[in-house]
Order: sequence, then C-alpha cells, then structure tokens
Amino acid sequence: MAREPKTARRLLWMMALGTVALQLSGCDMVLFNPKGQVGLEQRNLIILATLLMLIVVVPVMIMALVFSVRYRASNEKARYTPDWSHSRLIEAVVWGVPLAIIIVLGVVTWRSTHALDPYRPLASDTPALKVQVIAMDWKWLFVYPELGIASVNEMAMPVDTPVDFRVTSDGAITSFFIPALGGQIYAMAGMQTRLHLIANHAGDYTGIAANYNGPGFSDMHFKALALDPAGFDDWLERTRAAGRQLDGAAYTQLAKPSIAHPVEHYSKVDPHLFQSLIDKYQGVNRSREVERRLSDSQGQSPQGSKE
Amino acid sequence: MFGKLTWDAIPLHEPIIMYTLAVVGLLGLAVVGAITYMGKWKYLWQEWFTSVDHKRIGVMYIVVALVMLLRGFADALMMRTQQAMASDGSPGYLPPEHYDQIFTAHGVIMIFFMAMPFVVGLMNVVVPLQIGARDVAYPFLNAVSFWLFVSGAVLVNLSLGIGEFARTGWVAYPPLSGIGYSPGVGVDYYIWALQISGVGTLLTGLNFFVTILKMRTTGMTLFRMPVFTWTVLCTSILILAAFPILTATLFMLTLDRYLGMHFFTNELGGNPMMYVNLIWAWGHPEVYILILPAFGIFSEVASTFSRKKLFGYYSLVWATIVITVLSFIVWVHHFFTMGAGPNVNAFFGIMTMIIAVPTGVKIFTWLFTMYRGRVRFETPMLWTVGFIVTFSIGGMTGVLLAVPGADFLLHNSLFLIAHFHNVIIGGAVFGYLCGLTYWFPKAFGFKLHDPLGRAAFWCWLAGFYFAFMPSYFLGFMGMTRRLNHFDVPEWRPFLLLEMVGVLIILCGVACQVMQLVVSIRKRHENRDTTGDPWDGRTLEWATASPPPFYNFAEQPVVGGIDAYWGMKEKGVKTLAEMDFRKIHMPRNTSLGLVLGVLSTVLGFALIWHIWWLVIASSLAVIATLIVRSYDPNTDYCIPAEAVERMETERRQRLAEA
Amino acid sequence: MSHVVHNETAREQEHGHEDAGSLSLFGFWVYLMTDCILFATLFATYAVLGQSVAGGPSAADIFELPYVLVETFLLLLSSITYGYAMLANHRQDKRWVLRWLGVTFLLGLGFIAMEINEFHHLISEGAGPQRSAFLTAFFTLVGTHGLHVLVGLIWMALLMMQVRQRGLTCVNATRLSCLSLFWHFLDIVWVCVFTVVYLFGVI
Repeated sequence: MAREPKTARRLLWMMALGTVALQLSGCDMVLFNPKGQVGLEQRNLIILATLLMLIVVVPVMIMALVFSVRYRASNEKARYTPDWSHSRLIEAVVWGVPLAIIIVLGVVTWRSTHALDPYRPLASDTPALKVQVIAMDWKWLFVYPELGIASVNEMAMPVDTPVDFRVTSDGAITSFFIPALGGQIYAMAGMQTRLHLIANHAGDYTGIAANYNGPGFSDMHFKALALDPAGFDDWLERTRAAGRQLDGAAYTQLAKPSIAHPVEHYSKVDPHLFQSLIDKYQGVNRSREVERRLSDSQGQSPQGSKE
Repeated sequence: MFGKLTWDAIPLHEPIIMYTLAVVGLLGLAVVGAITYMGKWKYLWQEWFTSVDHKRIGVMYIVVALVMLLRGFADALMMRTQQAMASDGSPGYLPPEHYDQIFTAHGVIMIFFMAMPFVVGLMNVVVPLQIGARDVAYPFLNAVSFWLFVSGAVLVNLSLGIGEFARTGWVAYPPLSGIGYSPGVGVDYYIWALQISGVGTLLTGLNFFVTILKMRTTGMTLFRMPVFTWTVLCTSILILAAFPILTATLFMLTLDRYLGMHFFTNELGGNPMMYVNLIWAWGHPEVYILILPAFGIFSEVASTFSRKKLFGYYSLVWATIVITVLSFIVWVHHFFTMGAGPNVNAFFGIMTMIIAVPTGVKIFTWLFTMYRGRVRFETPMLWTVGFIVTFSIGGMTGVLLAVPGADFLLHNSLFLIAHFHNVIIGGAVFGYLCGLTYWFPKAFGFKLHDPLGRAAFWCWLAGFYFAFMPSYFLGFMGMTRRLNHFDVPEWRPFLLLEMVGVLIILCGVACQVMQLVVSIRKRHENRDTTGDPWDGRTLEWATASPPPFYNFAEQPVVGGIDAYWGMKEKGVKTLAEMDFRKIHMPRNTSLGLVLGVLSTVLGFALIWHIWWLVIASSLAVIATLIVRSYDPNTDYCIPAEAVERMETERRQRLAEA
Repeated sequence: MSHVVHNETAREQEHGHEDAGSLSLFGFWVYLMTDCILFATLFATYAVLGQSVAGGPSAADIFELPYVLVETFLLLLSSITYGYAMLANHRQDKRWVLRWLGVTFLLGLGFIAMEINEFHHLISEGAGPQRSAFLTAFFTLVGTHGLHVLVGLIWMALLMMQVRQRGLTCVNATRLSCLSLFWHFLDIVWVCVFTVVYLFGVI
C-alpha cells in the first residue's frame, strides 16, 4: 500500500505542474489583458477575490496533505485521540476567519457591483457614442442613431470614447459580450438593456454571443474595431459610401435566419427601428401611457373601457 | 390516430444514432436473454419489481443511475471530441442540430437521471437503517417514486430513437424553448420526462421528511442522528420546497406550448425573465439537494475510517441547516447579467458568499476528524480526501463567480463550466461513489475489490483535473459555452488536454466496471459475515449484511451519537435479552410498476399529441389509484415466534462463520 | 431460551392503526404545504404578469364581483358542511356523514359550474387565455384551483361510496380527515385568489 500511490502521485504532480506551466506561459488570456477600463476593473476584481479565497483554500490543501500523511493508520508514532471532537478555539477560527473574509469580500462586492453597474455611464470628458445593438438570428445589427448609419457583424468606436450600448433582441435571449473590453449584458426581446464600455487601446476585438440561442450560435460573432479618430472617420465614410438603406423591407430581409452572415454596411437607417422592435413585442416595461398612445394610434378603443 | 408520430420520427439517416440504437438494442437483448436463460424472471418480479422494501428500491435506483451515467458520459465524450476536432474552423463530426441535443441531454441526464437517483438510492438504502426503523413512512409511495423516475428515464432514452431531444440547454430558457423556436417534440420530451420524474422526487422528499421526523427508534433524538441522516432531512426539506416550483414552471411552459398561452412568449405580454427566475429558484436548491447528502457521506466515512469521533457534530448540523435556508435566497447569481440592477445583484452576490462560510466550516470539521485519528486509506477514504482538495477549488471559484462584477466577464464561459463540474464531480459524484463503496457490503453482503477501487479513484481524480482545469483557463481566454465549432488556435491545446482527461476518466469507469465483475466473482472470499466490515459507528452496521427484510428484529434503544459504537462498547445484546414482538410489514405490489408504465405511455402520448391515448392512460392511472384505495390487504404481520426463529438462525450462522 | 415473546393485544393493534392514520394525516399535511408552494409560484407569476394586458381587456374590464361573491359563498359554505360531516364522523353517525358529504359535493359542484360558466363567457368574448399574459396568468391560477376542487369532488364521491360500502372504519376516518384538510386548504387558497385576483384587480 505504501509504495503504489507514491509513484503514481509523484507522476501526477509532475504532469499537473507541467500542465499549469504550459498554460500560464505563452498564452494571451484575453480576460487578463483587458483593453478597456471596465474590463480592467473587472479583472482586478477577479484577482482580489481569488487572493482572499486562497487565505482559506491554501491552509485546507496543506492540512489535507499533512493530516493524510501524519495520521495514516500505519504511522504508530502520531498521537491518537479517538474521542476528541470538540474545540471552542477551532470552531471560533473556522467560523470566524471565513466570515471575516466574506465580510471584506461583501463590502468589496457591494461597492464594485455599484461601480461596475453596466447601466452606469462612464465618467469621461468625451461625450458617449450611442450604439443600439439588435441581436438577430444569428447575427448582430448595430445602429448608430445619432450618425444615421448601421452595420451587421461589425462595429467601430473611437479610442478613449465611452460607448453607450442599448441592447435588445429580435428573437431568443442571448448575451452581448466583447471579452477584451469588459462584461456582458443579456439581449432580450421587448426589452432594452444597457452596457457602457470604453476601448483605451486601438485594435480589432472579437465580440460574441454568450448565451446559446439556436443552431447559428457558434457563428454569431462580430468585430469590434477600436480606431483612432482618423480611422473612425474613415470607417464612417466607408459605411456611408455603401449606399444601402435599412428600411422596413431591407430589415425584413435581414431578419430571415442566417448563419455566419457576412459583414454589411448601411448608409441610412430608420431612426425608430430600435424602439419599434421593442414595441413590436409589447414589452413588459412599457407604461400604460405608451400602451394607450399606441392603441389610440392604431384606432382601437383605449384600454379600460367596456364595450 | 397517432398524433404527430410518423415513421419519419426514426432517424434512419443519422448513422451515429442508428449505430447507438443497434448497440443498445443488442445489449438489451443480451440482458433479457441472460435473465431468461437463468430463469430469473419470477425472482426479479417477486423480489425486486414489486418490492416496496426501501433497500431493494434503493439498489434499483442506483443501478439505473449507473446505467444513465454511462449514457451521460458518452454524451460528454462526444462533446469533447467535437470541440477538440472543430477548434480550427472545421465543422467537426457533429452538426449543430445534433451537438445541441447532446449538450442538452448531457446536462438533463447527469442531473436528473444520474445524480438525483444516485443520491435518492443511497438515501433509501441507508436512512431507515441509520435511524433504527423498519422501512420508510410510506413504502408504497416509495415504490411509486421509483417507477415514476424510471418512466422519465425511459422517455429521455426514447427520444434518441423516436423523434429528437430538446436543443435548448438543460434549463431550457424560453423563448427558445417555446413553440415558436422549438416546434418539434424535443422540448416536449424534456418537459414530460422531468414532470413525471419530478413527481417521484417530490414524493421521495415527503417520504424521508416524515420518516426521519416520525420513525426514529427509541432514544434517537434529533441531535443523536447520524450526520448523513441530518443531511437527508435537510435535503428532503429542500425537495419539498423547491420541486413544486419546477412543477409549476414546467406546467406553465407546457401551457404556452400546447395551448398557445403567453407566460413566457415574446409577444402579447409574456415575460421570459419570469421563467429564468422561477427555474433558478428551483435550480439552486436542486444543486444543494445533490451536494448535502454527499457532505453527509463524507462525514460518516471520515469518522469511521479515522477511527475517531466526528469533530464538531453540532457545527456540522447547524451548518447544514444554515445552508438549507440560505440556498433559497441566492438564485439570481445564475443570471447577474440579465440586468437586475446593482442593489439586487449585490444582495444576491453577498448571500451567495455567505453560504461559503458554513461550507468551509464543514471542510475543516472533516480535516479535524482526521487530525489525531488513525486514518485507513481504503477506497472510501481516498474519495474523501480527493473530495476535500477538489471541492475546495470548486467552492473558491464559486465565490469568485458570486461577485457580480467578475461574473460579468465569466458568465456562461468555460470558467463557469469548470466551476460547476468541479463541485458536482468533485463533490457530489465523488460522494456518491464513496458512499457506493462504503455501503455496498451492507446491501450485498460482500465488499468491493479494494485495489480496483483505488485504481478507479486515481483515474477519476487525475482524469477530472485534466478534463476540467484547462477549462478555467479557456474561460479566461474568452471561450463561451455550448460552442459547436470555432477558429481560435490558442484554445486547441487545452481542448486536446481535456480530451485526454476524459479518456482517463473513461479508464476509471472501466476500472469500476471491472471491479463489479471481479467483486461478484470473488464474493465468497470477501463475504461480510459480521454485518460490520468497516468497524462502523452508526446503526446500519448493527444489522446483518444484507439486513433481513424487517431490518431489526428488535428496534434498538439509542443512548447517544454514534449509536452503534456505543452498543459495541457496552456489548451487543444476546438473544436471551431480546424482546420479540409481532412485526407489521407492507406487502409487495405491482401497482408501482403499473403506474410507471402508464405514466410512460401518458408522457409519450402527450409528446406526440396522441389525444385518445392521453385520455385513456390518464383514466387508467386514476383507475389504478382507485383500485389501490380499495385494497384492504396492503400489509401483513410476522408473528413474534417467526421473528425469534429468524433471529436465532442468523446468530447461528454468524457463530459458525 | 428465556427470552420474551409478545403477542399483540387488541388494544395495541388498534393503536397501530391509529398510528398509521396519524402518519398518513401528517404526510398529507406536508404534501399540502408543497401544494401551497405550487400555488405561490402561480400567484407570483400572476403578480408579475398581471398588468400585461397587451392592449386587451384588463382585470377591471372582465371581473364581475357579485358573481364571484356567490361562488365564494358556495365554497365557504361547503367547508362548513364538510365540518358537519366530520362532526358526524366523530359521533360514528354514518348516515349524516354521507348526507353532509352529499351537500358539500353539490355546493362544490355548483362552484365548479359557475367557474366553467365564467371561463366560457370570457373565452367567447375574446378574452381567453391566449389573448394576453394577464389572461394567461388569470386562467391558469384560477383554473388550477378549480382543477384541485374537481379532484376533490372526485375523491369525495369515491369516499362516499367507500363509506357506504364499508362504514366508518379507521381507514375511512383517516381518508375523511385528509380530504377535510384538502377541502379547507382549497378554501384558503380561494380566499387568496378572491382577494389578490378579483378584489385587487377591480379596485
């Protein structure tokens, strides 16, 4: 019994260490190399929480190893107290230390959850760029309401400019995520969610759908281009030069399910498209006022009156 | 006449499925053939299929769970292979329509048809013995629970050959799972398999709640119960409170799909977010249902194999109760990214972290049980130490995910996958396999072959680490879950490493199969004649292995925690000192099996919209219950003299051995 | 051998049956608590979806309180008559048990008839459960309660048959107690429905 696990254990340790080394060495882990302020703060949160937890986990590992070896049955030299099962001190420590850590982490959580609220505008001198995001089957439509343009599966933003994303879906629930820049937010039909991100370094970042929504899910990624001011103007010009209009008919065509949809640009887009999609699903968050307005405009009798 | 069912439902053009069906069919025929050849049908019918004995029912649960483990594991193998192959932009060998069914089926099977029955089976075999009772409070309901579970398992497996399974993920969020996006029968198979087996689970919770509260033997106060029984009590409370939510939610999804209602649709006011909230209000207690009994198992094993009293009994019990209560107020952590607002998110995040405190306490209690003990590293103890190390990592990453700001980056990523497999495999599955090894001799009268058990453990442990530790890093590298194909070369080495890990686990499973075969072959050499092969401390070890059908000839009187240890120290009662009385026992009945069969037919009919069959099978179910209610002979008596005779024979056999 | 062998006295046997009865009753009570949670889920859903009328009829448009008041009295009265049935059971008076159960049955049937009528009326006016999330939630919550009452009625009919055939045995007494719990529970749920759905909807 003594020899067999020893060699096996040693071999496993070597393989495990080698694996960890391999994994930590030459790889660029996008979540640990954030290109934007939001992602940076979220990453630091991960590191802080991990370190706090290790205060408990490392002693556990050490004790598991030491106790297994020292108190194994074949070791007659170790003290044996078969009826000892109480210790106020140990109880105080094992309840108290984790509780203290959780209190610290709890305060950190409260603060950081408010600071990193995706709905919270980012503090910046530069005014935010407004982008409306519509998750469709199985592509992403980006509408720039203030610039009057739209694009599919590609979006651009100027570096160091906060972006105010308003997100909805024209179908199933999915999640809008640009890993290099920061956390995600769900896209749901009939509802508007919000996300604020900023790119502090120029680059081509991958954006993905982070919630399974059907057969085309694996190909539902897009490019998020963070460009310097000149580059962003270039992108705008190219988009405007596309000469295509995203009107009702074009939208209906676009909305047909498609997988691995190619990048497209629209030089003109209906400014009410985003809101009309939300209204189409008669979203839950609509006020009665809006409902009355809509039903009036559609010629129905206003709600609340009996026939 | 047959609703939506046509011959097209059989996937003749899918070679993988057809080969699988052929293999399964052949295996099934082989099993049936073997039973027929050995002439064991009558025995199986009388002693097992119509049994209401908790020990038999428990074993049957575990047998089905192990079979479903193989199916769920096969799904895992297929998924890992696909992801390893399709990491360079190629499509792999599984198109999305199949892959998506496989990952859904993998989750559903592992949670509902592997983990749940495994834990319920262990509960069944052990708890009545541990509290000195003769059976559970409602033996007939117990049998019904089992057969309803089998009905659900049959439905899930039927979906492979007739029709399709859901392609929505194992929690099936609408609107994807609504009739608009999933018009096929897949989600209906999901719904009815879960509804039917869910009723069985609810009845189990009821059964054990009442059993533990009302049927403990004399002297066993609540705070003298073994820790495993405590965890089962808390698990039963969780089941009672959580499963009605699942029933109601699936019912509402059913109404949306079948009758065009608008609970969770996108249009006409439906609210898919409501489903998300409800399903996780069930879903979070569900994972505690899976883990708490595992904690209980480790408590028993740590104490027995360290030859030492369990450290901190009261802490363990209170920690369990705290976890039970807290598990109901953390559910939003499954969807921090749905936009609930910082106050709500922060509250639920903090609540989730608070659960880590009693869980951490438990880990320390087990470690301090080993401290200054004499630890024997037979297979169950290996599982225990492996669990302590592995679960700590999983718990740590759980607390990490509980911080909403961090979760925004890690939600739905492979980091999440790594976390929950870490706690479910490293916690629940290790616990069940530990419990299986520990209590196997009690159920069958001989120990499992230890060297193969140890080999299996090491394969599982190493395999687990290789299969899932890389996923933490993949999460950091931006890989999200449920991807069928992708073109990110950096991910490839990790995915290949994970394939290796899964293959190592496969070796572990193979070792366990071999262990079973070898143990059965060598059972006469490894026979447990004393009923107490591990020098145990709790009452189940006070009976023969296997126990007589009435468990205890005379229900023991308990004087403290570790009741059997106390009895051994005082000296076991001689025959002369025993007080024999008449014993009431419940009669076997085929109605449990009948209800299971009828439920399967009902479920199938509902799935395929065969309405006349729905009505017919529903009426048959009601008729069966009415028949049962008219039966005056549901139990019988063993006269005191017969009990005395059986006890005398048993002691004679013990003395001769 | 000088050990003791007991044979059960008649008293012990009766006691055993009583124990079994109280065990059944306790278990049934626990089951009712789970049913409570089922209803709680439906109530929560109704609370969330109750304003989502999708341009269609709202609560104030479709609820007729006087009608619901009559329904409520039928059900509450049926609980009282069931109570009288239980009193008759304590007196071991089979005849009056059956009579009071019969009255309870008719009152319950009346409740169901009125509810079916209400649903039929609403559906024929285009205010069916498919019209909006509010109506879906309404029909499901009220309808689930109604289904429970229907099950209770079937159970009651069966129990009446069994009492007639076998008398007021221990087993039947337990079953009467369980049904009693069930029936009163449904009454309480109806009070919640009446308040949360109908009253709050109209006010």
